[in-house]
Amino acid sequence: MSGVYVVLEDRNGRFGRISFEAIAAANILAAQSGSKPTAIVIGAQTEALAAEAATKNVGKVVRIEHALLSPYTPDGYAAALQQFIAAESPDYIVFPHTYQVRDYAPALAARLGRVLIGDVTQIADGPVFIRSLMQGRLSGSYKSTGGPTLVSVQSGAFRAEDAQSSPAEITTFAPNIEASQIRTKPGEPFRGTAQTVDLGSAPMIVAVGRGIREESNLNLVQDLAASLGAEIAASRPICDNGWLPIERQVGSSGQTVAPKLYVAVGISGAIQHLVGMKGSQCIVAINKDAEAPIFEVADYGIVGDLFEVVPALTEAVKSAKL
Amino acid sequence: MKIIVCIKQVPERDAQVRIASSGKWIEESDLQYAMNESDAYALEEALQLKEKHGGEVVVLSAGPERAGTTIREALAKGADRAIQVESDTLNQLDALGVAQLLANAAKQESPDLVLTGLQSDDLGYGQTGVIMAEIMGLPHASLILNVEKTDSGITVKRELEEGWFQNIELPLPAVLMIQSGGTKLRYATLMGIKKAKTKELKKLSATELGQPAAPAAALDKITQPQKQKSTQIISGSAKEAAATLVEKLKFEVRVI
Ligand SMILES: Cc1cc2nc3c(=O)[nH]c(=O)nc-3n(C[C@H](O)[C@H](O)[C@H](O)COP(=O)(O)OP(=O)(O)OC[C@H]3O[C@@H](n4cnc5c(N)ncnc54)[C@H](O)[C@@H]3O)c2cc1C
Ligand SMILES: Nc1ncnc2c1ncn2[C@@H]1O[C@H](COP(=O)(O)O)[C@@H](O)[C@H]1O
Repeated sequence: MSGVYVVLEDRNGRFGRISFEAIAAANILAAQSGSKPTAIVIGAQTEALAAEAATKNVGKVVRIEHALLSPYTPDGYAAALQQFIAAESPDYIVFPHTYQVRDYAPALAARLGRVLIGDVTQIADGPVFIRSLMQGRLSGSYKSTGGPTLVSVQSGAFRAEDAQSSPAEITTFAPNIEASQIRTKPGEPFRGTAQTVDLGSAPMIVAVGRGIREESNLNLVQDLAASLGAEIAASRPICDNGWLPIERQVGSSGQTVAPKLYVAVGISGAIQHLVGMKGSQCIVAINKDAEAPIFEVADYGIVGDLFEVVPALTEAVKSAKL
Repeated sequence: MKIIVCIKQVPERDAQVRIASSGKWIEESDLQYAMNESDAYALEEALQLKEKHGGEVVVLSAGPERAGTTIREALAKGADRAIQVESDTLNQLDALGVAQLLANAAKQESPDLVLTGLQSDDLGYGQTGVIMAEIMGLPHASLILNVEKTDSGITVKRELEEGWFQNIELPLPAVLMIQSGGTKLRYATLMGIKKAKTKELKKLSATELGQPAAPAAALDKITQPQKQKSTQIISGSAKEAAATLVEKLKFEVRVI
């Protein structure tokens, strides 16, 4: 056997959008040989998930099922997929680049003497896999030498596909896993501190990044936010430093927002930040670096020193409102 | 506890990186370098564990000669000693190759705990620690914010997506990939900087540690990212730009 496989990921019994994007990426690879990818669902009870997967644009669905595959552990997933790969010899395995995949796919790859080509944003002819380097400031083109090739795709990089009309065939694969192989003991997921601000419903947001340099400079952006009547938000380093509470963090590990106006001040535009705000209706970026990736998603940009631009903007907003 | 912390030297955040003429790497001359951000958090976590439970913190870094300055910085913050795997050709390896070198060096120390950063700020593979665990035959967990020692091993707090967390119990020895923000970073003191000069820095050559695997994924070419969206760049002095932007927000975006 050979072919293209795509591992779908569910949370509480539902696939995330990124799993469907992974199917789209897998279809790009499968199209090279005129075939369709096989979807893989993993868990202790996968019947309903498999039925849903079968309606997507895939040729087949495989349920990798074992009681020890729930809850998720890297040992369980790596062992199950390793056995499946040994049995099926796939050419390509595509994953969504989620936190869970980051946790087990590199271990799986290492067991196969391979690496994960991770966080891929584009697949070009060859195939050539393109991913970001230097925090988004450069792109790297990677070629796989040998097989199988393990690839994970970045959230939002591929367009999730529509469902197909006749459901795909479903088969089951039962791996052999012993309880002793699972060395870590995961606890139940829990929420961080009680959320008291709901950035998700804010019509306007002024977000501040590391360009602000010091905590004592935060009043500059607070003034701008106040003049607009906007909520204040931040990139991760600001919250890591404890300058603003974590509930104001926007991005993959914080909140996802889509306001009418998002003003990014001194934020470079790392992908983990962008996924949390790129759905905003209008994005304004203020950054001294004309090459900063934030300008990739901005509608309006001011290239300049925020310590000059932000106070000027606050004044201009105030006088416009008079 | 004997803790190994993997620390990578990477180009400084604000450095202007240019593509080398080979098209396969970045131009390294006149670049400024710094400690990888999540590695600084890994080091801090290790230092705090040592302060609570005793033991030793050993820095492990693979890189060319210049990485020595970042290693000294870690020693100045309080690490006890360091191992440098010297190599000028790491960029010809993939994450598996680098992890093999680091794992082989780490094994010689029989550590209780190996900490790495979550992701390197230059190549951003986000894998090296997980692969090291696999090579060393140890359990691992990634995206870790805090580590508590227990009677039977450790309990770690793992970050999940969208503001969720999870605790995980692991036996020791283990490998953890540390996410930023779990602790507050310390600065090196003058005293620390002075002491760092006298601390042991053992150098190993990459060849001593065995031939790493040829890359399974080869970095073929580095390019400028493709521009997707056309941003309207508003020019002029700060004051002029601010006035123009407010006009746009008022009449085009209609939010003021
Ligand atoms: C698994 C994972 C999850 C993550 N989750 C998140 C998340 O949820 N949210 C998040 O934001 N990040 C997250 N990150 C971190 C992310 O990768 C970036 O490190 C972070 O977003 C960078 O924040 P920043 O843009 O504020 O800082 P930097 O990248 O340091 O950028 C600072 C910017 O300020 C500009 N600047 C500096 N001085 C000035 C000045 N005087 N005037 C104008 N501009 C100036 C610089 O040109 C630069 O572009 C995550 C990372 C990982 C690996
Ligand atoms: N050359 C290196 N020397 C020391 N540690 C490294 C090296 N490369 C990667 N690491 C560690 O592995 C982590 C993840 O790196 P990466 O897999 O490249 O994203 C980094 O944060 C470091 O802690």
